[in-house]
Amino acid sequence: MDFLLGADSSAQKLAVMVVAVLLFVVVMTALLLVSELPKMPRWLVIIAFLGPTVLLILFGLVYPAISTILGSFKSGNQQEWVGIENYTAVFTNPELRTVLLNTALWVVLVPLLSTVFGLIYAVIVDRSPFEKQAKALIFLPMAISMVGAGIIWKFVYDYKPTNRPQTGLMNQLLVWFGFETQQFLLNWPSNTLFLIAVMVWIQSGFAMTILSAAIKAIPDDIIEAAKLDGASQLRMFASVTVPSIRPALVVVLTTISMTTLKVFDIVYSMTGGNFRTSIVANEFYIQSFRTGQRGIGATLAVLLFVIIIPLVIYNIRQMKLSEEQR
Amino acid sequence: MRIPRRMGVVAALAATTLVLSACGGDGGGDGGGDAGGDVDCAAFEQYGDLSGTQVSVYTSIVSPEDQPHIDSYIPFEECTGATVNYEGSRQFEAQLLVRIEAGNAPDVAYVPQPGLIEKIATDFPDAMVPVGEAAESNIDQYYNEAWKLYGSVDGTLYGAPLGANAKSFVWYSPMAFADNGYEIPETWDELLALSDQIAADHPDSKPWCAGIESGDATGWPATDWIEDLVLRVAGPDVYDQWVTHEIPFNDPQILEAMNLADEILRNDDYVNGGLGGVTSIATTSFGDAGLPILDGACFMHRQASFYQANWPEGIDISENGEVFAFYLPGLTADEKPLLGGGEFTVAFSDRPEVAAFQAYLTSPEWANEKAKVSGPGWVTANSELDPANLESPIDQLAYELLTDPNTIFRFDGSDLMPGAVGAGTFWSNMTQWIAEGKDSQAVLDDIEASWP
Repeated sequence: MDFLLGADSSAQKLAVMVVAVLLFVVVMTALLLVSELPKMPRWLVIIAFLGPTVLLILFGLVYPAISTILGSFKSGNQQEWVGIENYTAVFTNPELRTVLLNTALWVVLVPLLSTVFGLIYAVIVDRSPFEKQAKALIFLPMAISMVGAGIIWKFVYDYKPTNRPQTGLMNQLLVWFGFETQQFLLNWPSNTLFLIAVMVWIQSGFAMTILSAAIKAIPDDIIEAAKLDGASQLRMFASVTVPSIRPALVVVLTTISMTTLKVFDIVYSMTGGNFRTSIVANEFYIQSFRTGQRGIGATLAVLLFVIIIPLVIYNIRQMKLSEEQR
Repeated sequence: MRIPRRMGVVAALAATTLVLSACGGDGGGDGGGDAGGDVDCAAFEQYGDLSGTQVSVYTSIVSPEDQPHIDSYIPFEECTGATVNYEGSRQFEAQLLVRIEAGNAPDVAYVPQPGLIEKIATDFPDAMVPVGEAAESNIDQYYNEAWKLYGSVDGTLYGAPLGANAKSFVWYSPMAFADNGYEIPETWDELLALSDQIAADHPDSKPWCAGIESGDATGWPATDWIEDLVLRVAGPDVYDQWVTHEIPFNDPQILEAMNLADEILRNDDYVNGGLGGVTSIATTSFGDAGLPILDGACFMHRQASFYQANWPEGIDISENGEVFAFYLPGLTADEKPLLGGGEFTVAFSDRPEVAAFQAYLTSPEWANEKAKVSGPGWVTANSELDPANLESPIDQLAYELLTDPNTIFRFDGSDLMPGAVGAGTFWSNMTQWIAEGKDSQAVLDDIEASWP
């Protein structure tokens, strides 16, 4: 057991992975074989397949959710009940209010900008001779982890006085064009916008991929009919392309909204939530684990959960609708 | 069992090589061929035979600084037969509480903040085991009494001091000072006069450089400034009352200290050499903040002894070299309060091998062994440490100040305050003080309002 539990080297870790995969295959094969047996009662099969999943969801998702909700009504060290004190604090403390405002900025701007950029890009490169290369280029940021992207952009925004050698790309550009260098991440609210730009940079690729696939799925006869009617390029885009890909647009918008609500890495790695750039997910971490205000932390987590619910419901309904249409 | 023992031998070999290369072969005496054979076990007999026992250690110290710690356990392991399992994590502060709550606490933890010891004592009253007799008598014998106070909660000693650092240091370039005929200031007024002189002599440079950016801990270097000045302006007694909240955080004496810091940190004539204006202090990472000293863009940088790790390789750190540090002067030449920090070992298991290990970590044997296997940048306040075992002159200077019986030592205040202030509003308000020009009084009022 020591060998499996205390894996230090890469070889050991790989071995552990192989063992885990083998174990999975063995258990699943056994389950499948057993369920094929003719005399198996149906309820036993259901329990065998659903049971583990339900148990894991109860243990790994439902239990922590309930405990977090209860925790949001407790004090910083989770020892006493304090009623709705934490909720009042979140909505009245000016710094926490800035956090909520920033989160709102993120949730409105990131999905809109990413989708607009993704859509324009998808339409422009559609059927162009270098489509594949152009798409790969804008999809690449998706392959970078958010922490990686955060660190890259932290360097891009890096500040040095105008008369010193520059290390940040943006400030080098400013120097070349004869401007003073700027501290991009210092002043609110522009610093939040510069952070949002990073997320848009990442998410545009995702939007572009989904929307491009949707555009390609528009039936040729509709496009030809529109062309025969003499529709201009702009008209084509507004009256044919966008309505035809509406379900895909909704999925892209809501998915990016949810990703944005949960974003933590970019803010944490670029400003650490300083200079009024903090957002709910980041503040939740800081309150829970750094300053030991676990009640406030739990409250922020609950708040995030509540904000995200309508988005999830809307997303699921839209998916059902588009399935029915098919 | 087999794997750890083999690793122990490898580590012992590595340690022996380190000692040999560092001290030119004078460590240990007989220079015997087999690894670990040169350990004198006489001092370890008090711990008895601990063969087959294991002690787990959980710390915030990760690679590469963890190796000297692991190596420093070797004499203990060789002589008592116990095995020490080291685990370092960058998420230590958050994870330790989680592990205690989950009933999965380590045997021993290295806690860098006395405030955290107090928090554990209040939130998890039965989790910690008080320091054993052997360790306590070591602490009484070898440490400045302040250390025992900082490791105690309500009169019970839970934390035994381990490493230490001195924070009241100003880094400067002895060569640049010599070229310009500058003297090391002995009083606060001399320090300001020197700053003015530098500003007048070098219009293209600035006397000071500073940086407080440190990821999600941004602001802490600025809190050190304030603490150092409270200690100087108001004295150690007021400092203690301020830290324990017996006087409000926004007491007029604290404002007075803050105004002195204001004169330097938010003075465009004094900062921020080679890095920009006042607000650039907020975005300059604390590790890079002193580097402009090397190219003459700034002359002084207030930072702890551990800043020596941030100088590039090959820089001569010595009294007449490229960089060194002087003691941040008090208001008069006679007052010498010292702000510092350090770690404490806290035990969570009541077993003989755990108590023995904690006692070993307070002993002169450990202090000297650790100094031998460590590179520059490690100091302890154990008075039995032979300064010759410390590799760098700055460590020796820090050690000299830490163990000087006349030194009034005070622990970094933000590490003593409740987390919501010491790792929360104190940091964030100092950041706003620099970044947004927030009013000093407003900073103190807001921190006072946030005290839990």
